Amino acid sequence: MDTLKFSPINLGRWILWGGTALVFLVAPHIFTNSFALTMLTQMGAFIIFALSYNMLLGQSGMLSFGHAVYSGLGAYMAVHALNLAAKGVLPIPLPLLPLVGGFAGLIFGVIFGYVTTRKSGTTFAMISLGIGEMVFACALMFPGFFGGEAGISTNRVIGKPFLGLTFGPALQVYYLVAAWCFLCMAAMFALTQTPLGRMANAVRDNPERTEFVGYNTQHVRFLQMVLASFFAGVSGGLSCINFEIVSAENVSAIRSGGVLLATFIGGIPFFFGPIIGSVVFIIFVVALSGFTKAWLLYLGLFFLAMVLYAPGGLASLLLMQIPVIRARRFGELAVPYLLAGCAALMALAGLIGIVEMVYRLSEQGVSTVLTVLGWSFDAKSAAPWAVFGLLLGGGLVALRYAARLVGERWGTIQAGLQGRAA
Amino acid sequence: MEFFLVQTLNGISYGLLLFMLSSGLTLVFSLMGVLNFAHASFYMLGAYFAYQISAKIGFWPALVLAPVLVGTVGMLVERWGLRSVHKFGHVAELLFTFGLAYLIDEAVHLVWGRSAVEYRVPAELDGPLFQIMGSQYPIYRGFMMLISVAMLVSIWLALTRTRIGLVIQAALTHPHTVEALGHNVPRVFMLVFGGGAALAGLAGVIGGNAFVTEPGMAAAVGPIIFVIVVVGGMGSLAGAFIASLLIGCLQTFAVSLDWSLGGISIASAAPVLPYLLMVLMLILRPRGLLGTRDG
Repeated sequence: MDTLKFSPINLGRWILWGGTALVFLVAPHIFTNSFALTMLTQMGAFIIFALSYNMLLGQSGMLSFGHAVYSGLGAYMAVHALNLAAKGVLPIPLPLLPLVGGFAGLIFGVIFGYVTTRKSGTTFAMISLGIGEMVFACALMFPGFFGGEAGISTNRVIGKPFLGLTFGPALQVYYLVAAWCFLCMAAMFALTQTPLGRMANAVRDNPERTEFVGYNTQHVRFLQMVLASFFAGVSGGLSCINFEIVSAENVSAIRSGGVLLATFIGGIPFFFGPIIGSVVFIIFVVALSGFTKAWLLYLGLFFLAMVLYAPGGLASLLLMQIPVIRARRFGELAVPYLLAGCAALMALAGLIGIVEMVYRLSEQGVSTVLTVLGWSFDAKSAAPWAVFGLLLGGGLVALRYAARLVGERWGTIQAGLQGRAA
Repeated sequence: MEFFLVQTLNGISYGLLLFMLSSGLTLVFSLMGVLNFAHASFYMLGAYFAYQISAKIGFWPALVLAPVLVGTVGMLVERWGLRSVHKFGHVAELLFTFGLAYLIDEAVHLVWGRSAVEYRVPAELDGPLFQIMGSQYPIYRGFMMLISVAMLVSIWLALTRTRIGLVIQAALTHPHTVEALGHNVPRVFMLVFGGGAALAGLAGVIGGNAFVTEPGMAAAVGPIIFVIVVVGGMGSLAGAFIASLLIGCLQTFAVSLDWSLGGISIASAAPVLPYLLMVLMLILRPRGLLGTRDG
């Protein structure tokens, strides 16, 4: 008997991917200033990085604290390859440079992955941290290859134009990054549908049963690690093209932590979660860091709030609304959401005020007078502390009540939905 | 010979300091299954609290107050943070402590600035303790060793000779039975977490002025204590002790030796050595020196 085959045209999926491609195409024409274009380019490279990280954390249950190693070493190899190409030694066109990074990442993934994937869970996390620190220490030890503190710089405009493109202008670089990003997104999504991708999920959920079914969990983890390292390397190669410099920061624990934060905030249980996370993360890193020096504190608080209250990340918060919207009952939630949003904004305003005042008081040589919406005040006087303290306290109390209201409405709606389904 | 003796003493005092850190980490890990990523941040917090307190009322009150404060912070963190993520599993707990480390680091930046603070050895402990063949050995190093050893002995006594120590030991292996016998196991968890944080805080008080108190100190020592816990064997206190002394001596000797191997001097390779040791250990003996669990 023939095996049954059922393959309808998955219209929703085509629309989704087509829409994604369209967003990539038109985004630079909507956000036209150069600052936005830099941000979009960085987002593209970071999306690949975060998705590759989620191949480990979300899909295989491996919490890595050293993922920057693979993207960073990929970037180093790419920068050396680019410099060789500029000398005419290595005939490689610029658009294929990320592949150099990718294969470098893959090779290091094989080497380090062999050691790290012997363990899982907490021990894996600690070992990945150790490997990350080791590579970072090496980066400062061998200045010949890694360029020491200053790093290695390069120039992406080399040789003859490739198909008429020089990749000098930022827009051309954006489209190069976007093309790679789309390609990698599709490839990584396809990987989740393969037997390996499915077994990785099994290893994450129940390693013992996976072994009983006849799979070597260590081998599955190793393969996922190697593939994730490849994509991380591609993203490293792209960031090398974008920034034209690669330094020890590229392999540092800061970058490894960053990708963890971005991926988790976006939502690790969903394939598209890290994409949302990357967008939010780059906005924090690039845009918010221009406004305040305390941006890392806000990012850390945001992350902690997600760990405590929304372990599925932003993606899960969005997806939770879909059944409610489908049942046309979102209107019942609108008012509680609005109240909770207002309370959260109030608490946030109080918090930001206090943090900024603390910062002004501790930093030497900075004026302690702050101006918000035309209201000037001195961080040394008591009045603003009282105002912001009240805002924060009142906001938190209000948030507690609003959250309870949301929870009650949510409960009745869920009960209604389940009643209808039954 | 004299070089060897002095370096061994330095290595042991550094190793004991590392053990004060790794013992708290190991204890919390074996009791709660939580790897506290923020452990080194508690160490840093201890140093900064001690700096602030000793600037106001002196070093000796700081020696007691700073660890108590850090311990209180640890207990609050356990009660209001860690306990509520417990239901999401170990990865979520690890992520929580990771975020906490971020937060503590940034809070320290915010309150005490980005450069090192002047947290100094008190005048009465400043000076040479004795002379070994012409070279002086500072009092403060001896004081560090004294505090570490006193601390370790009292922990050992508390764990083996007191009632709460016995409850903790029992809760390590059989938490449900202990709970059924009427002990408040979550409170035991809170106390142990706070105790581990206080130990890290104490290490910060005596390590902060021996080395340097700056916002990067947590990131510098954090990975090392994780290496110690892996090399010693996850959850083994005795293993952590041996690994601490080993890595303490290894680093002290590597920094002071001026040999070179294939163009790379040993001193410049010093930061990599603990990690190499860890990788070697994982290849040759994956469970660590005295570890019992594999995987």
